[in-house]
Amino acid sequence: MGLRMRENPLAALAALSALLFATAIALIFFYVPTDADQGFSQRIFYIHVPVALTAYACFGWGAWKALRHLWKREPGADLESYVAIHQGVIFGSLTLLTGSLWAKISWGHWWLWSESQLVLFLVLFLFYGAYFMLRYSVEPGPARANMCAVYALFGVVLIPISFLAIRLANQLIHPVVFTLQGPQMAGSMFLTFCVSLAAMLTLAATLFHIEVAGKRIDARLRELRELLA
Amino acid sequence: MTLAITAAEKYVAAAYGVVFLVVLVYVLIIGLKLGRLERELDELTGQVRERRDAEAERREEVPVG
Repeated sequence: MGLRMRENPLAALAALSALLFATAIALIFFYVPTDADQGFSQRIFYIHVPVALTAYACFGWGAWKALRHLWKREPGADLESYVAIHQGVIFGSLTLLTGSLWAKISWGHWWLWSESQLVLFLVLFLFYGAYFMLRYSVEPGPARANMCAVYALFGVVLIPISFLAIRLANQLIHPVVFTLQGPQMAGSMFLTFCVSLAAMLTLAATLFHIEVAGKRIDARLRELRELLA
Repeated sequence: MTLAITAAEKYVAAAYGVVFLVVLVYVLIIGLKLGRLERELDELTGQVRERRDAEAERREEVPVG
C-alpha cells in the first residue's frame, strides 16, 4: 500500500486529507475548550474560516493560472484556472452557508447588509459566479480562454479588499481574530484552526487534481472519438 | 431517556453537516463523471477492436501471388 501511495501522489494527498480531517474533527469536538464568550457555537469558527480561506486560495490559484495562460501560454492553464474558480465558488457557497448559520446563532440574523465583510464576500462570490456565464456563452477556443483569464485576473483584486474590509471598517460585529499582533485566541484553539485549515486545503487540492484529471481525460476521449469517426 | 440538544449544538451540527453534504455531493458527481468516462473508453476500445478485426479479415482475403 505504501508503494502504491508513492507511485500515486493523488492517493497520498487524499489519504493525508482524510487523516487531517479526522484529526481536525477530534480536536474540534474533544480537545479545544469551549469559548467563554460565544459558547459551543464558536466551534463553527473551525469550519467557517478554513472554508472561507480555501475559497480565497482557490480564487487566487485560478487567477495565478489565468496569468500563466496570458503570460507564458502555459498549456492547460486555462482548464486549471477554470477548475480552481469552480472550486472557489463551491467553497464560497459553503462560506456563505456556514457564515449564515453562525450569524443566526451569534447575532440573531441570517444576514446583515451593514457588514461590509459579508457584502464584499458576496460580491466576490457573485463575480466569480458570473465567470461561468461568460465561459459558457463563448465558443471554446483561444478567444474564450483569453477572455476568461482576463476576467479571473480582475476578480483577484476583490480578494484583498474583501479580506481587509473587516480591518478597515470600525462599526463591525463580525469578529476580528487575526490581527497584526497575531492570532487573538488560545494556543489550543490556534492549533485546532491550523489543522482544520490544512485539512480543508488538502481536500481542495485533492478535488482539484481529480477534476483536472477527469477533464483532461474527457478532452482526450473526445479527440480520440473524432479521430475514429 | 431523551437527549436534550441545545440550539447552539443544532447550528454547529447544521454547519458541519452542510459542508459534509456538499463535499459528498461533489465527490458523487465526480464519481458519476468518471463512470461515464469509463463507459466511453470501453466503447472506443470496442470500436478500435472491431476495426482491427475487420482489417485482419480483409488482409486474410487478399489473394497471394
